[in-house]
Amino acid sequence: MSDHDSVYDGLVGHDLPGDDSRWAFGTDFEDPLAGVDTTLPEGVDGAALAAYCLMLGDDALVHSHRLSQWASNAPDLEEDIALANVALDLLGQARLLLARAAAADPGVVPPLPEGSPVPPEDALAFFRDEAAFRNVRLVEAENGDFAVTMVRLLLASTHRLAVLQRLTTSRDQVLAAIAAKGVKELTYHRDLAGRWFLTLARGTAESRRRLEAGLALVWPMREELRRTHPVERTVAEQGVGVDPAEVADEVDVVLEQVPAVSGVERPALPPVGLVAGGAGREGRHTEAMGRLLAEMQVVARAHPTGRW
Amino acid sequence: MSVPATPTRAGAAWEVAASVLDPELPVLTLADLGVLRDVEVAEDGRVVVTITPTYSGCPAMATMRDDLVRALRDHGHDRVEVRVSLHPAWSTDRITERGREALRSHGISPPGPAPRHDGPVALTLQPVRRALRCPRCGSSETELTSEFGPTACKALYRCTDCLEPFEHVKEI
Repeated sequence: MSDHDSVYDGLVGHDLPGDDSRWAFGTDFEDPLAGVDTTLPEGVDGAALAAYCLMLGDDALVHSHRLSQWASNAPDLEEDIALANVALDLLGQARLLLARAAAADPGVVPPLPEGSPVPPEDALAFFRDEAAFRNVRLVEAENGDFAVTMVRLLLASTHRLAVLQRLTTSRDQVLAAIAAKGVKELTYHRDLAGRWFLTLARGTAESRRRLEAGLALVWPMREELRRTHPVERTVAEQGVGVDPAEVADEVDVVLEQVPAVSGVERPALPPVGLVAGGAGREGRHTEAMGRLLAEMQVVARAHPTGRW
Repeated sequence: MSVPATPTRAGAAWEVAASVLDPELPVLTLADLGVLRDVEVAEDGRVVVTITPTYSGCPAMATMRDDLVRALRDHGHDRVEVRVSLHPAWSTDRITERGREALRSHGISPPGPAPRHDGPVALTLQPVRRALRCPRCGSSETELTSEFGPTACKALYRCTDCLEPFEHVKEI
């Protein structure tokens, strides 16, 4: 490391001539895909691939936001740290996926004021309106208590792990690479949730009661993960994406195993209904989503050209 | 996109880049950590460094980039570009032997062999079993405190012999 006259010198990134300021709310590594070849594979529709990346990216982004709301609120320090770690992994995946979406179809990026320093993936995260988000409703739901959060994490991460594992052979090299990293991380997430499911089930009468209540609350939102959206069908046909119907059985095995080992019955509840024939993947979200986006987006939206 | 390399300059530039320390674990260089993938010098003198993120959400990337740029500038390379490579995914297997020894001598337990994820990943409901030795006293009577620690890459353990807590770099 070189010497600096002042400890603050080292904090300024580029020492480039001209304007040194940057987007106030980003991570300062401007392009997470810098140097990565984002050329579309042969025979792949950019708009479909971008929409697919938004689905996977929004699932991660919204779930990450929910999990990060546990920071300083978790039952103990170790779980506080664990949830923050899971949220960070998902946020990283979201960033890569949203950046890939923007590269595949720049048209998905919301327009910003002239001279705005906001990079595409941040524009997608902070400046899209609710109807443009393509996450499933499962991940936008309020956190509830720790049991609700853990059941939701189990369902979401089991499904996501299965999808990403198949995505490692995507014809899109970028998606394949993102998936390969994601698989390693999701394994830890799913196992964390599984262990807590078991612990809560076998703990006290109170923990078991809360687990069963959480399961009843979350289970009906599971169906949406298994619905095949036309975009998912298209990208699966083009060899770049995964049809969720393909992973349904594998996911079911885990979601039978965990309750069985825990001595808990799977709820027999109907799935949450569609709204005008659609759900999260079509941008039809619940009330909770509006409040989530208000919290997540308000500062960036107040300063769309914010620099420091 | 590859740029033609001049061997001696690339070698010198590599040495500089390889000596940059990891911002979170400053006992390791970016080369020891397996984060530094490639260093190429173009005919016009531009240096292109390729790094790979450890975890998807690794927050240290910007600092690594800045440190690489500064180090190379200090050694006379005016134009430095830092690129990202996502494939093959980073694994703790890429941490060098020297890196592992550095971790150990600074009280951090180095990772064991990384798990392979060739097909569907089997679910374990048991806590992850690792046979770890305390980096301070060498005892094998260690127990897990949490699978997740202060950074994305580490788990928390404690030694039941010397009673000290320590961090373990998770196998991934």
